[in-house]
Amino acid sequence: MSETRELTCINCPLGCALTVTIRGQEITVTGNTCPRGEAYGKKEVTDPTRIVTSTVPVEGGDIARLPVKTASDIPKDKIFSVMEEIHAARVKAPVRIGDVVIRNVAGTGADIVAARNVNEIAV
Amino acid sequence: MKTDHDVIIIGGGVTGCAVARELSLWDLDVLLIERGEDICSGTSKANSAIVHAGFDAKPGTKKARFNVEGSRRMKELAVDLDFAWKNNGALVLCFSEEERAAVQELYDRGIANGLTGEELRILSGEEARKLEPALSEEVVCALEAKSSAIVCPFELTCALAENAAANGVSFRFLSEVTGVERSEEGYIVRLSDASVLKSRYVVNAAGIFSDSIHNMVSGHKLAITPRRGDYLLMDKEAGGTVSHTIFQLPGKFGKGVLVTPTVHGNLLAGPTAIDTADKEDTATTAAALAEVQERAAVSVPRMPFKQVITSFSGLRAHEAGGDFVIGECEDAPGFFDAAGIESPGLSAAPAIGQYLAGLIADKAGARTKENAVLTRTGIPHMALLSDEERAELILRDPAYGQIVCRCENVTEGEIREAIRRTPGARSMDGVKRRVRAGMGRCQAGFCTPRVMEILSEELGIPMEEVCKNVPGSELLIREEGK
Amino acid sequence: MSRTSSPEAAEHVGVLIIGGGPAGLAAAVAARKAGAQDLLIVERDRMLGGILNQCIHNGFGLHTFKEELTGPEYASRFISQVKELDIPYLLNTMVLNLDRDRNVTLMSRKDGIRRVKADAVILAMGCRERPRGALSIPGFRPAGIYTAGTAQRLMNIEGYQVGRRVVILGSGDIGLIMARRMTLEGAKVLTVAELMPYSGGLKRNIVQCLNDYDIPLQLSHTVVDIHGKDRVSGVTIAQVDERRSPIPGTEVTYDCDTLLLSCGLLPENELTRMTGAEMSSVTGGASVDESLQTSIPGVFACGNVLHVHDLVDYVSEEASHAGESAALYAASSEGERRADAEAVEIAVAGGVRYTVPQRIDPVRMPDKVTVRFRVADVYRDKTIAVYRGEKRLSARKTRVLAPGEMEQVILKKEELSGLTAAEGLRVVIED
Repeated sequence: MSETRELTCINCPLGCALTVTIRGQEITVTGNTCPRGEAYGKKEVTDPTRIVTSTVPVEGGDIARLPVKTASDIPKDKIFSVMEEIHAARVKAPVRIGDVVIRNVAGTGADIVAARNVNEIAV
Repeated sequence: MKTDHDVIIIGGGVTGCAVARELSLWDLDVLLIERGEDICSGTSKANSAIVHAGFDAKPGTKKARFNVEGSRRMKELAVDLDFAWKNNGALVLCFSEEERAAVQELYDRGIANGLTGEELRILSGEEARKLEPALSEEVVCALEAKSSAIVCPFELTCALAENAAANGVSFRFLSEVTGVERSEEGYIVRLSDASVLKSRYVVNAAGIFSDSIHNMVSGHKLAITPRRGDYLLMDKEAGGTVSHTIFQLPGKFGKGVLVTPTVHGNLLAGPTAIDTADKEDTATTAAALAEVQERAAVSVPRMPFKQVITSFSGLRAHEAGGDFVIGECEDAPGFFDAAGIESPGLSAAPAIGQYLAGLIADKAGARTKENAVLTRTGIPHMALLSDEERAELILRDPAYGQIVCRCENVTEGEIREAIRRTPGARSMDGVKRRVRAGMGRCQAGFCTPRVMEILSEELGIPMEEVCKNVPGSELLIREEGK
Repeated sequence: MSRTSSPEAAEHVGVLIIGGGPAGLAAAVAARKAGAQDLLIVERDRMLGGILNQCIHNGFGLHTFKEELTGPEYASRFISQVKELDIPYLLNTMVLNLDRDRNVTLMSRKDGIRRVKADAVILAMGCRERPRGALSIPGFRPAGIYTAGTAQRLMNIEGYQVGRRVVILGSGDIGLIMARRMTLEGAKVLTVAELMPYSGGLKRNIVQCLNDYDIPLQLSHTVVDIHGKDRVSGVTIAQVDERRSPIPGTEVTYDCDTLLLSCGLLPENELTRMTGAEMSSVTGGASVDESLQTSIPGVFACGNVLHVHDLVDYVSEEASHAGESAALYAASSEGERRADAEAVEIAVAGGVRYTVPQRIDPVRMPDKVTVRFRVADVYRDKTIAVYRGEKRLSARKTRVLAPGEMEQVILKKEELSGLTAAEGLRVVIED
């Protein structure tokens, strides 16, 4: 039994159309023009991951929304669970870049961190 | 029994506001009812913005009379009420020898309509091109109308309305008239929100809906066909393509398309003339926009269409009789029509206002108001001021130092002022028409969020309720669960 | 603070930087490092960072910092440097006027009208999006039509929702990014239509913003009608032929409340034009020499106001160069400026649309000059070559060239010595 997947390589503008064939433990990539394509194809079918970015509301800050991101990439199929936790999050100013907003988001092991500084505004 | 008002004006376009302004100089209680959220939101907002000299209409028609009178009056009104008006002159182009006679005919018409020989002149093709180098080589002769002018229809309508308000006229928006009936004291006017108002007199200035309003009280039925006109507006960089308003002689190419600078320095081409059955159908079509391009290029072969910043269309109220319907309704005393106001309606508005106000004041035995305010000052346009004037204004109100619309250099001060005036802007479109925020080359890309915030603050409404124009045109989506 | 408007009272500035976005920040930092003392950044928005503030997605900085940052993080690296280097900046301040002698009029709520005379000026005003009007899309003009960037600002800076059911016209990167962004915020993005037979966006964005969420990309399609008088109620899309005209019978109408437009960026050169600088009709920006100086001495340009870039990293690189050049100009004496300038125009051929810089002075140029350009179409297996007269100076084979990506060649001083206009210098794409 083998499974094949059609992918577009994202490493360069060439955008090679990759065919990834999975036979048990053995994964072969065709259609690539360079080794980066092969690596990408393999990763996409075994362990696709993404960085997720969004914003959360800030209280008492000089801006209304704090941009945030996952500190490292997370499994692709967890994107919407991560978003759900982000949607529930609120922070208070001040915030520094890198501050942890959510620890171990959606059980991915990655934290949601602040992607900019937000100063407190004097009320 | 006493009525609620002496006069109810139905329709807040340029005609209704002109009537309101002129009536406001008399000792009368006047209410203006408008179905939109703001004045100037129908035909008055989407037209050629020309103050026609008056050579076009057939002598003896109401169009001819009110056009010539209105155009003369516009000049003084622009000073009194402080709106943009520019006497740029017009040329009517003739493209074939056979049609020379038609140019002479237009000239004769103009004279018959009361224009002077000083105002009109027939030019050779060369003379016309000397005046306007961008004109086609095909032009064989042209009629020059020196008194033709351009105006900002938004500013004009706002100026009239603000001056009317200053003299006590009240305004009611988002109110559609569903019925008008004769009563002992005058008329009963029913509104879509179920309210019922009594008035001694009614003025019908309902634009493309003026037939329905008229037909509520009269047996002499009117029939308005909405005639759509599509336009293309070009960047200010292209504004100098021509300096005159360039018309085409009606003929070989059908109804002509005009090319004109606007009073704010853009270039405008249009309109088409497409009869529609639907009074809400202001959608442009690809075919119509292509037609504008094609026909405008007959006059000005190198039209800078790459510089188009927006296209739009408006509906003219074409009445079956072909002329304006102005005056007291024969079979409905006290009901005054200003119906079928298509071109040259903008030019005619000041004269129509004065004429109808005169008739009503006469009939009501009204006296002129003693302390009437005769002038109005416009919202300062920072873009047009000197640095000294700007500095002074910012000292008075720092909000005039904060640019919001960077294409047209419109400041926060101007936007707040537009909302605070009476009648003030209630929507993005209302702000745009009053102070031009969003009117420039980026077409509100940058200023939209900030203008929304200012509207939200000034009107005390949440951002989600800020509208482009009427309710239903909210810019944002309310998040679920909020 | 001066609340006066008499030109005599103009304040002196060494290098004035117009725009506090990625270009202006990098230019200011480089100018300071090159020794410029009297710097001033003028920013019209309420914070430094420009468009990066709303670009909350990641993918910035791979070239510059060798790591993947979000827009705000990338901006903050430069903003910290501006602060560490004590470079003064004005926020909420608009430049109303700029003339060829580098007299500048500023306006703000705080300072009123302020006049500045600068030794050198760096133009870094960025670009704007092509609006619906410029695309002449017929139909109604209701609420719910946004350029992708305006929607992005409303969502990411202000935190508002602009729509629930969305059609996107144009597959520029901002449009693709917004397709994902709106999907993550709960909206349904129905389709992305692209007029051209190829996408103007990065492959990575097509995969990660569209494919990941099963959003179809329809190439050679455009919007032919917009429905809804008050708020968008639908959008009709049709396929186009080779001449980009809609093909009758291919129309499909989507029920939606929002149309986003991502149809190209236009450099914002209002101030540049005030100086009378020579403009390029291809880039929409000024035409510049190898020091990124416009045809007006002492006025430099960089970033998207000069030509629209694909990656912010290249903006920073270009802007640093402009900053250094401006610092040098400001420090030089009248006699040193533009002496024996013998610039040669760089010609283009075979699908190279333009180059920046547009001209190069073989004497004054530094050892190496980076020449950036874009191509007119998608080309496969071609060579990018530079010719001096008939002599080929360099050739580089490429697998693929696309209009959405910026390309570059490096010119070396040693190879251009004695170059004359008659001889000519060309950048070409060939087999």
